[in-house]
Amino acid sequence: MKRFTALAAGTAVALALGAANAQAERGSDGNLNVLYWQAVSVLNPYLSGGTKDVEGSSVVIEPLAKYDEAGNMVPALVDEIPTVENGGVSEDLKSITWKITPGLLWSDGTPFTANDVKFTADYCMAPDGGCQQISKFQDIESIEVIDDQTVTINFTVPKPFPYTAFVGAETPVIQKAQFENCIGANAPNCTEQNFGPHGTGPFKVVEFRANDVITFEANEHYRDPAKPSFATLTLKGGGDAASAARSVLETGEFDYAWNLQVEPEVLEQMSAAGRGQVVTSFGTSVERIEVNLTDPSPDKGENRSTLEAGPHPFLSDPAVRKALSIAIDREILVEAGYGASGQPTCNILPAPENYASTNVNWCLEYNPDEANRLLDEAGWAPGGDGIRAKDGVRLSLLYQTSTNSVRQATQALVKDMWQQIGVETELRNIDAAVFFGGDPASPDTFQKFYADVEMYTNNFPGTDPEAYMAGWLCDGIPSPKNGWLGANMPRFCSEEYDALTGQMAETADLAARGEIAKKMNDILSNEGALIPLIHRGDVSAHSVTVDGVRMNSWDSELWNVADWTRKE
Amino acid sequence: MSDAVIKPPQGTPGAPLVTRQRTLAADVWRQFRQHRGGVLGAVVFLSIVLLVIFGPYIHGIDPQALNVRDKNQGISLTHPMGTDNLGRDMFAQVLAGGRTSLSVGITAMLLSLLVGTTIGVVAGYFRRADGLLMRLTDLFLALPLLPLLLVIIMLFRDTLRAAFGPETGIFLLIVFVIGITSWMQTARIVRGAVLSVKEQEFVVAAKSIGTRERRIVTRHILPNVLSPIMVSATLGIATAIITESALSFLGLGFPSDYPTWGRLLYDGVNFMAINPSRVIWPGLAISLTVLSINYIGDGLRDALDPRIRGR
Repeated sequence: MKRFTALAAGTAVALALGAANAQAERGSDGNLNVLYWQAVSVLNPYLSGGTKDVEGSSVVIEPLAKYDEAGNMVPALVDEIPTVENGGVSEDLKSITWKITPGLLWSDGTPFTANDVKFTADYCMAPDGGCQQISKFQDIESIEVIDDQTVTINFTVPKPFPYTAFVGAETPVIQKAQFENCIGANAPNCTEQNFGPHGTGPFKVVEFRANDVITFEANEHYRDPAKPSFATLTLKGGGDAASAARSVLETGEFDYAWNLQVEPEVLEQMSAAGRGQVVTSFGTSVERIEVNLTDPSPDKGENRSTLEAGPHPFLSDPAVRKALSIAIDREILVEAGYGASGQPTCNILPAPENYASTNVNWCLEYNPDEANRLLDEAGWAPGGDGIRAKDGVRLSLLYQTSTNSVRQATQALVKDMWQQIGVETELRNIDAAVFFGGDPASPDTFQKFYADVEMYTNNFPGTDPEAYMAGWLCDGIPSPKNGWLGANMPRFCSEEYDALTGQMAETADLAARGEIAKKMNDILSNEGALIPLIHRGDVSAHSVTVDGVRMNSWDSELWNVADWTRKE
Repeated sequence: MSDAVIKPPQGTPGAPLVTRQRTLAADVWRQFRQHRGGVLGAVVFLSIVLLVIFGPYIHGIDPQALNVRDKNQGISLTHPMGTDNLGRDMFAQVLAGGRTSLSVGITAMLLSLLVGTTIGVVAGYFRRADGLLMRLTDLFLALPLLPLLLVIIMLFRDTLRAAFGPETGIFLLIVFVIGITSWMQTARIVRGAVLSVKEQEFVVAAKSIGTRERRIVTRHILPNVLSPIMVSATLGIATAIITESALSFLGLGFPSDYPTWGRLLYDGVNFMAINPSRVIWPGLAISLTVLSINYIGDGLRDALDPRIRGR
């Protein structure tokens, strides 16, 4: 009997080991098919702020620390997160020292050192580089390489939240040896580097076809010898949200699909097939209408939609902006297009809790009567066709967004609501690849904003809104001068707001930062530069055969792709 | 047209003895009635046209009226084709969409017919112009249609929108774009027909008595190449409706809240499984229209061909 027990125990151990082995072998699970229907166009987040590009890059290049699905920082290329307690952050909050895990290798086999970290910062901060993540590198005075494993970032001001650069998928470390000649104006020309960066992540690029498909294979130098469990990864682009959802939920062609902005009833019906699972998480995504405060009329020529074109003929009137906001019944928009994955909001900064304002909830109340009263008071009188006008200027809007059935439905509903307060709306939808493509030659990008209002979703990764809120600085206005880069789509410019941004950068106390962030949020909403509509959950879907997906709204959704496995 | 005189080609056996004054139109009509498919097509097409024109006066629901509470409804008395996901009445939308789709189809067809016939006749009749015009036709045939449309729409959208407003502007643009890219087949067919007709004895005879060229073309050539022109006209409507659908399907063309059959189909695809009527009705409307027009064209070809007519 004893012998039998021992045998059984031995078998159990062997089985357990066997099972552990089966799980813990690199490349044992074949191919992982991931669908990002907005195709990845470059694997370098410093050259493209698009979520698709940031997330695509995140399987190859990694930051020093990531965020997990709860918004907590977890070490990636370091052993621990520096804090004041462990001495990693200086007492005066003006420097942070990262200690890199020893023995890390790049995918080409060379060692990963502190010099790469410093180089990455230099790369992004180089003048003329057009770095998309420059807001993450604000207030950096210098970067010191103490030794190969230690790097210190010095700030010009005390940084209560020093985890801006190199935390989260936006600011991964790139290899110095590879990008050395790509600094500054040269950056966009380094096609080979931008399409196939060497990385420390679980996968490395085998073939890159811009705006189409990227093939990756497991990185043999990845720090965990047992991971990733998939041998190859195919990151496919193309199609639209609905077909992406279908390919995971109904047909099972793909293992993971991202950003499924599809009507709730359609998703529900697709999930009934039982091949996949819809995962949702609420982060900071807000579907908003951005209001163009400059004149977008075509006769302004080159200056169209820039500060030089002058203020917008009617959207520069605060009463109009406020009326537009309260004339929208956000509950209806949620019901028609979002279901459980959305809730009405008046905040551009709806989370985390510490930063979420409750002062602007006036807009949650659908109040067309008040909107009409505001417009009457401001002198916009209804004309013969029911459309309000003043001094020959009609309240007639061009409302653009990307092509997506939920967005077109929202457009139709908003048009109807605005019609009721005497505002005429013309709808336009632009293919997402063009709208978000950022091509400076295209007139239809969301940065150029050749329309009166435009609608899309934006969010920020991580939990600290400082860099995100700095997007609406006067400096961030896209224009031909900066190659139409910048996040300040409404062309909003306020001294008070700029001052608050500066103040936030100098405030250490978390509660005080929360207060400042709320104030900034309130300015944006009250001024009506933005009309927040819906706090959106991120919706993705994964196949039932894939284990380990931890849907993350604070970092790349592929942040833990190394841990994904194929279920038997 | 009724005074156009068709000379029966020499050697056609069994040409009936003329006993009373006959007109081309009457002849064509008599022959067309023999073509069962053509008659059926004409009936269906006419009913669609009448329905689309007068339907909105009978079914008085505004196609744009939203009612989210009534979304995705099935067939009912108030909503004979159900509602879409925003509670818009599908029947009203199909009717409104038909007005746009049919007017785009017919206008674009007229434009392409005008261009195609002119180029075809000139190329066929005047030898000197032939090479140049046919190479031009080849050039247009070689142009990839959809990318060209996308570029044209991107370039001229804002200008036209400013001049004519969003809907008329895009209507003109689409009609122009479809017309200008679909005349080539007509031109080639007409040229071929003109080449064969102009060598016939009655044309030679007309020339020999000193008839001016313009008159030969309008009086003798055009009536005899009417058959291929009419056929390509009917096919042209079908092509134009389909091209407009394709543009709408790509999310281009008219604004998203302006129903056309193609747009309705495009919007309905996601809801196919929830509410099949979203795609069945507009799809059926497109297919029926195109099919009926093709049959009309088939019947007309038979009726217009003097060699078949009367047999």
